[in-house]
Amino acid sequence: MPIEILMPALSPTMTEGKLSKWVKKEGDAVKSGDVIAEIETDKATMEVEAVDEGTLGKILVAEGSEGVAVNTPIAVILEEGEDASAIGTPKAAPTPREGASGPADAAVAPKPGETATGPVGGASPSLPQAAEPAARPAAQTSGDRVFASPLARRMAEQSGLDLSGIAGSGPNGRVVKADIEAALKGGAAKPAPKAAAPAAAPAAAPAAAPKGIDAKVLADKLGMKYQVLPNTGMRKTIAKRLTEAWQTIPHFGLTVDVEIDRLLALRSELNERSGEKISVNDFVVKAVAVALRRFPAANVSWHEDGILQYEDVDVSVAVATDGGLITPIVKRADQKGLSTLSAEVKELARKAKDGKLKPEEFQGGTFSVSNLGMFGIKGFTSIINPPQACILSVGAGEKRPVVKGDALAIATVMTLTLTVDHRAVDGAVGAQYLKLLKGLLEDPITLML
Amino acid sequence: MADTEFDLIVIGAGPGGYVAAIRAAQLGMKAAVVEREHLGGICLNWGCIPTKALLRSAEIAHYIQHAKDYGITVNGTVTLDTAAIVKRSRGVAGQLSAGVKGLLKKNKVTVIDGTATLKGKGRLDVKAKDGQTTNYGAKHIIIATGARARVLPGLEPDGKLVWTYREAMVPETMPKSLLVIGTGAIGVEFASFYRTMGAEVTLVEVLDRILPVEDEEISALAAKAFTKQGIKIKTSAKVVKLDRHADSVTAHIEVGGKVEQVTVDRVISAVGITGNVENIGLENTKVKVERGHIVTDKYLRTDEPGVYAIGDVCGAPWLAHKASHEGVLCVEKIAGVPGVHPMDVRNIPGCTYSMPQVASVGLTEAKAKAAGHEVRVGRFPFIGNGKAIALGEPEGLVKTVFDAKTGELLGAHMIGAEVTELIQGYTVAKTMETTEAELMHTIFPHPTLSEMMHESVLAAFGRAIHY
Repeated sequence: MPIEILMPALSPTMTEGKLSKWVKKEGDAVKSGDVIAEIETDKATMEVEAVDEGTLGKILVAEGSEGVAVNTPIAVILEEGEDASAIGTPKAAPTPREGASGPADAAVAPKPGETATGPVGGASPSLPQAAEPAARPAAQTSGDRVFASPLARRMAEQSGLDLSGIAGSGPNGRVVKADIEAALKGGAAKPAPKAAAPAAAPAAAPAAAPKGIDAKVLADKLGMKYQVLPNTGMRKTIAKRLTEAWQTIPHFGLTVDVEIDRLLALRSELNERSGEKISVNDFVVKAVAVALRRFPAANVSWHEDGILQYEDVDVSVAVATDGGLITPIVKRADQKGLSTLSAEVKELARKAKDGKLKPEEFQGGTFSVSNLGMFGIKGFTSIINPPQACILSVGAGEKRPVVKGDALAIATVMTLTLTVDHRAVDGAVGAQYLKLLKGLLEDPITLML
Repeated sequence: MADTEFDLIVIGAGPGGYVAAIRAAQLGMKAAVVEREHLGGICLNWGCIPTKALLRSAEIAHYIQHAKDYGITVNGTVTLDTAAIVKRSRGVAGQLSAGVKGLLKKNKVTVIDGTATLKGKGRLDVKAKDGQTTNYGAKHIIIATGARARVLPGLEPDGKLVWTYREAMVPETMPKSLLVIGTGAIGVEFASFYRTMGAEVTLVEVLDRILPVEDEEISALAAKAFTKQGIKIKTSAKVVKLDRHADSVTAHIEVGGKVEQVTVDRVISAVGITGNVENIGLENTKVKVERGHIVTDKYLRTDEPGVYAIGDVCGAPWLAHKASHEGVLCVEKIAGVPGVHPMDVRNIPGCTYSMPQVASVGLTEAKAKAAGHEVRVGRFPFIGNGKAIALGEPEGLVKTVFDAKTGELLGAHMIGAEVTELIQGYTVAKTMETTEAELMHTIFPHPTLSEMMHESVLAAFGRAIHY
């Protein structure tokens, strides 16, 4: 009998994703291990591999569809001897299955950091509920929500409209059918990017949902000209996470200057001898990790039940990509040699830029490092990367006048700012950590201890 | 001297007018209502309420007549005391009218007894019963004068042989035979009442089916049920002439090109209503009247600034709850309450309290198709419902019409016991713009008739459990 391929959960927390590309076409033969499609989540693009052998009988979710809920059937594979007529017509009317994303809920998922569940793209046998329609986009994710009537929600999904861009005229600004109809007539909101059949309406809402002045409403009112650059999954996640962090976490910065002449000298020597290109940032990551190992009070997360002090030191390194910011993780960075660590950071950055990071490669760090030194930024303050309690902002190393003894001297100085979640890390604790880190960076030979 | 200047004056204290006045007072306006006859209007005094009282008596009679079906033997004769039944009905109306008086007082709405005439520019005269006229002024005037029975040439009511709803509500004796012209809610309710009270009833409808605003399937089921009860139904039939005798009437009814003669004791004319637009001084304003009704915009504003019209006087559907809703939204718009929405006609439920009852909201299947919808239709019969069987009410149907593409609930149509109390569930669903998904997800209590509402939705998507 035909085998349905379900939207896979690429990570424990994934509830929906974008079906970015079909690698196989209807009618193509597939065998186990073949890549049949690519799925884009909020953070990464992953390949869906076939588990079963047969012919790709029918594609149920179009390429480019956003907000496809986990476990939604996305295609049907026909086994040998079956033809397309064996595929039951999906019922036109979706049935309510808000819980479609259930299995992927964090509650039942493995701990962050562990490998994501199950084989990617595992086609399951036709369970009764699997016979249900494809086009039921994601259940609402938590967080901010756009108030819309169920009918408006469905009409927006069907027509690819982004609800967050539609002004609601119903009670308390609720988006109702008439608003969708007006939008479709070319009123309030323009359709989401082409081919985005079932748009991720609810997920699109967060963060973007304007509180206070709505940029679009104002721009339209004033006749300002603009272009709408569609928000990618990554952009939406950045907006949502950082808004949440900024609004809900009491955080503050601690700044310290670090002289790195000795570090630079050691780096030159190491690079000369090994022929490698260990960067200043690699040293920073290493020092951050060693300092955390020695001072675990900064390797923590706030939790109502008690502060989580992590056993491993997993450093998230912020990487700028065309799509936005992502933080791949150097795991157990304290235990890795500079050479290994450097190679790993490079590899992770390359993958990040190609959008090929696996979920476990960017989920679950314990401390973040963000370096804008290469852009000549002197110093800056990052926003907490929840649930971590600390993030270190690294500025450029530059020659500055310093006072040594009572005389003016020149030193290469780098400004570090540690942003901490005050719920978990007090000022004095952060200061102690910075002092330790400063010591390691100014006397890098101690990193070897 | 009594106060004559107000923020808002409502002309007519029916279910539109008194509700509008109370809402205005709640919003801090100095409000008054002018009433020439009874607080509560036709609805409360000569319409909705007293007919429900009459129909309740008929229902009790029906139960007693069928007591045996429930294992109860009634010994002795059952007498239907027309005078006592009418007396009870009047008592109910009186009690509620007094209630309205109390509500207006509680909300500090001034009640002005008399007949109002608009004078233009925010002024109006009220002529009291004693002939004295007082001039009043208000920033806003709402016309809520209601409507009266429409009169067709040759079928003019005379109050003795040819009745309107008003005489039909207070019969002195029970007619042995009755002709009801018109099969809207009013005609059908009287036909049902008089039939249960023992009269031979003939129903005449000019269109091709009774209850012509209802879904065709529901009309057909109603016709079947009434025919079974012994009501004679003539559709596509027109009463062309009435010969009025001393104590009977011979009606000439044209059916299929032939004219039949039917002689009955009494005739009830229920051929629609027309707005009370005369003698209220509209000529002193820019208020426009078309086909007997005042023309308004979606916020009930007339062409005369500061003058509004709500309820029956501004057109169909002629329903008390529509008038009340219009009253509230009109006043809230005047007061600048944020988020006031125009009324959506498709979300106004309609009820007919005959036996069996009929209730509906939204588009009929035919109208939905005509509007271009591809539809999914769900049907669930009373025979499949445990509570209906336990009640001894196995006849009826719950029909739902959905848009096949969006899952929008377009309409719901019901016939059978208690459906007038059930329709509100679908009305809430429709107003909130739920789709079939939310309705399917809703838990309906067992055992109730309401379970049929769930099943009908399931049936529309091929998932009914109990049928």
